[in-house]
Amino acid sequence: MNKNKISSSFGQNITRREALRYGLLGFSGLALAGMFPLRAAPVTKRAKAKSVIQIWQWGGPSHLDTFDPKPEAGYDYCGPFNKPIETNVKGIRICELLPLTAKQADKYSIIRSMTHGINAHETAAYVVQTGWKPEDGFVHPCAGAVVSFEKGYDAGYKGLTPPYIVVTNPQGRFSEAGFLGSKYKPFATGGNPNSEPFTVEGIVTPGITKQRQMDRRQLLNQLDGFAKKLNGNSFVDLALNSEQSAYELILGNSGKVFDLSAEDQKLRDKYGRNSFGQSCLLARRLVEAGVPYITINYPGWDTHKQNFETMRTKLPEFDKGFSSLLRDLADKGLLDSTIVWCGGEFGRTPKIAWEEPWNGGRHHHGQVFCSVVAGGGFKPGHVVGSSNSTGTEVADHPVYPWDLLSSIYQLMGIAPEETLPHPQGLKIPLTPPVAEGIKYSDSLKEIM
Amino acid sequence: MITKINIFATCVLFFLISSVQIFPQWTRDDPPQNGKIKANNFIDELVFDKLSKKHITPSPVCSDEVFLRRVFLGVTGALPANKEVRSFLADKNPDKRKILIDKLLASDEFADYWAMKWSDILRVKAEFPSNLWPVAAEAYHRWIRTCIVQNMPYDKFAYALLTSSGSNFKTPQVNFYRAMPKKDPLSILNAVALPLMGSRAQKWTDEERYGMAVFFAKVGYKNTQEWKEEIVYFNEEGKFLNPKTGKPQELTFLDGERVSLSPGKDPREAFANWLISPDNKWFAKNVVNRIWYWLMGKGIINEPDDIRPDNPAQNEKLLARLEKELIKNDYDLKSIYKAILNSNTFQLSSLPTDNNQNYEADFSHYYVRQLNAEVLIDAIDNITGTGEPYSSLTPEPYTYIPEDEKTVSLADGSITSPFLEIFGRPPRDTGFELERNNAPTIQQRLHLLNSTHIQKKLQGSQTIKNIISANKNIKDIIINLYINILSRYPTQAEGKTAENYFTVVNKNKTEAAVDLAWALINTKEFSFQH
Repeated sequence: MNKNKISSSFGQNITRREALRYGLLGFSGLALAGMFPLRAAPVTKRAKAKSVIQIWQWGGPSHLDTFDPKPEAGYDYCGPFNKPIETNVKGIRICELLPLTAKQADKYSIIRSMTHGINAHETAAYVVQTGWKPEDGFVHPCAGAVVSFEKGYDAGYKGLTPPYIVVTNPQGRFSEAGFLGSKYKPFATGGNPNSEPFTVEGIVTPGITKQRQMDRRQLLNQLDGFAKKLNGNSFVDLALNSEQSAYELILGNSGKVFDLSAEDQKLRDKYGRNSFGQSCLLARRLVEAGVPYITINYPGWDTHKQNFETMRTKLPEFDKGFSSLLRDLADKGLLDSTIVWCGGEFGRTPKIAWEEPWNGGRHHHGQVFCSVVAGGGFKPGHVVGSSNSTGTEVADHPVYPWDLLSSIYQLMGIAPEETLPHPQGLKIPLTPPVAEGIKYSDSLKEIM
Repeated sequence: MITKINIFATCVLFFLISSVQIFPQWTRDDPPQNGKIKANNFIDELVFDKLSKKHITPSPVCSDEVFLRRVFLGVTGALPANKEVRSFLADKNPDKRKILIDKLLASDEFADYWAMKWSDILRVKAEFPSNLWPVAAEAYHRWIRTCIVQNMPYDKFAYALLTSSGSNFKTPQVNFYRAMPKKDPLSILNAVALPLMGSRAQKWTDEERYGMAVFFAKVGYKNTQEWKEEIVYFNEEGKFLNPKTGKPQELTFLDGERVSLSPGKDPREAFANWLISPDNKWFAKNVVNRIWYWLMGKGIINEPDDIRPDNPAQNEKLLARLEKELIKNDYDLKSIYKAILNSNTFQLSSLPTDNNQNYEADFSHYYVRQLNAEVLIDAIDNITGTGEPYSSLTPEPYTYIPEDEKTVSLADGSITSPFLEIFGRPPRDTGFELERNNAPTIQQRLHLLNSTHIQKKLQGSQTIKNIISANKNIKDIIINLYINILSRYPTQAEGKTAENYFTVVNKNKTEAAVDLAWALINTKEFSFQH
């Protein structure tokens, strides 16, 4: 037998390198592991954060037009947005179209040096949300599925509201749960939280009165003789229990978390009477209900054409929803235990494409972009890293997607040495090991 | 879709020829067993023999109603049409089950459904983690389906997958070597062993893996001028060095036999010949066990893709005999389907008895499990006369699937829908059988009970409206809904409950019919294979 071989629990022979990679060595093995990633901060035993709200700006928002303005770079870079405004934290300036967000800068920190260098939506979205590069042959789960695995039903979560919720539409081809399997996929609400009623797929259906719901339920109960005969079959029992839980959401109190009409009308106005604004409000309600991971899937940032026209409508909408969410969470004492993570899969090209057919557009830019983090143990009022004078590259303190995700996991009390089960019987680390040639930075230390 | 078209015509016809006033007695309860269950063929002999040694009695043979639904869903992934239900149940021919089995195995729907199963384990999808791209995924799926239609002998099928060279568009079977995220010899070996040997090469010793991987060292890939075209070819320069010694590795089969090949010989051919030889310990075993697993819900070896010495078969003799049958019949897979489907073991009731309830793994009663996601949505579409708007905008070229195409016929595993995701359709990432997750969840129940997706199908259903307008008598509406949804007549008690709903609870006939269809779709009898 070769010395380098280690027998895993399932009788498979694998090399030491693989064993390190899949975390099979156990604690004795970990002693070897200067190989394992140096985390941004020591492992926190107690979780500071209970929930994550991920505001996912699908398409990739321009970093120059949001949290990393470059008025000095000239018109070909900053376009018409050349008057960034001061925030309530001295020295931090952001885009002039975000005045409300500027007043909340003492609640968040801006990472201006996010980088992965990938310019394709699918791949970049995968890397940013899983913390893994795509070429290792595995389909890794995204942060929401990881949190759902670590903090959901398997970890004693008792809520009937699913532990991982996407407001409103799922991310389509992006496989959120990866190798963890469909059990850890998010529940997507569907519908529009700004409409009355807010149709939540499976929970609130327009056109069916409560009386008819109850009549139907009784009819079903009378006709479901097969289920009664197979009483004791584990799958049938599971289906019946699931049905009962589903009715708690449809007819019972558990579904009320989605009823935004219970909120103060003025507060609803502040969030903005649009789908994004009301999604932010819903996210806060879900946090109050104990849901550990909420993604607000917020599309519309892929501005190849007429970037500035789009930004003039998009940013005020974002500004209201995002700033109100931070303030409301803080007012209700929830911000300390809730991570708000906002950003997209990449930034946009700093040099503006003025020519036809783009007419002032910006393209994909994975070389450098921004993410904003708030709450849940992240220190506010900081800027981490910076881009160069034209916003084309990282100037200092690069932050990689795996840095950010391991920080979020830590604050959620998920230990970095945790592994996830792969159907092949492997144990896969949460984030890629240093042994794979992955660089980790300690840039996030200052805000942890 | 045969069934969709026929429902309306049948309802009209039925109304004209009969106006049934009472609910016919339906025999959902599988008939009690009189004495010993007859062994229909060698499968029953071997299964019942094992059970009797444990003093276990199998459950009774299932009723015609249960058999009809089970065999349709199991073989074609679709519900029987209204007319089919009526004529099969009325048929007095004692051989009617056998006749139906032959008919279904020869149908187009059989090819559609089994092309889906093979596409799952061969990972037919356009994008990520392996990248076939849309055109090649379609071509590969079509090739697989054609092989099934032609009932290509299984050894020829495997040989073609393993040894072909050419363009991914023009010689679609070369996509076998493209449908994997990594293409080094060890990764290719994993992707070959899983579907064709039912074995996880990751669990072999290093020596075994190296000796086998070298057969795939000369698989070459090159691009052409055509967008996303790729040629898979025999690359004489390809090498695999033993990672430990750094020296060229000798070709060594898993059972220890060494081979040396003259230069210019493609080692893939040597591998394929070894694999498909009648003495091979994995080849026939893997495929008969998988077919058993697919039809019966549990493999004779479980997991069906984890064949290894320390994972023994539940019934060694049965598995060995099935292997022998396949080889004897020149690798005609349909001979195995026929044997299984005609056995009383396949036709046992799914209701366990006090005596046998803990002996599911010995096949003492039929294994109950939830329907596959694709089958379930097709059934709902069929009942309501609706379709699903499948499309794919990335990667290019854009793909739009006509709404009347069945979900089981989708070629590209990258094309999906919220329904398919919720109901556990496999993503085709790894080719493992357990990628498919049919376990019931709250989300699934919410979706069936109360989603706008399902509600719209029911409320807008022209098929249900047609049933209402073609049948003046409420009883006939109820009977037709039962036949369309549960493939059987209602019992007296069920009929009375449903009738009461129409006459007392909700007097709006259309609403009541929609509600009854809704209730039947939400019964576990509907969403489970049993």
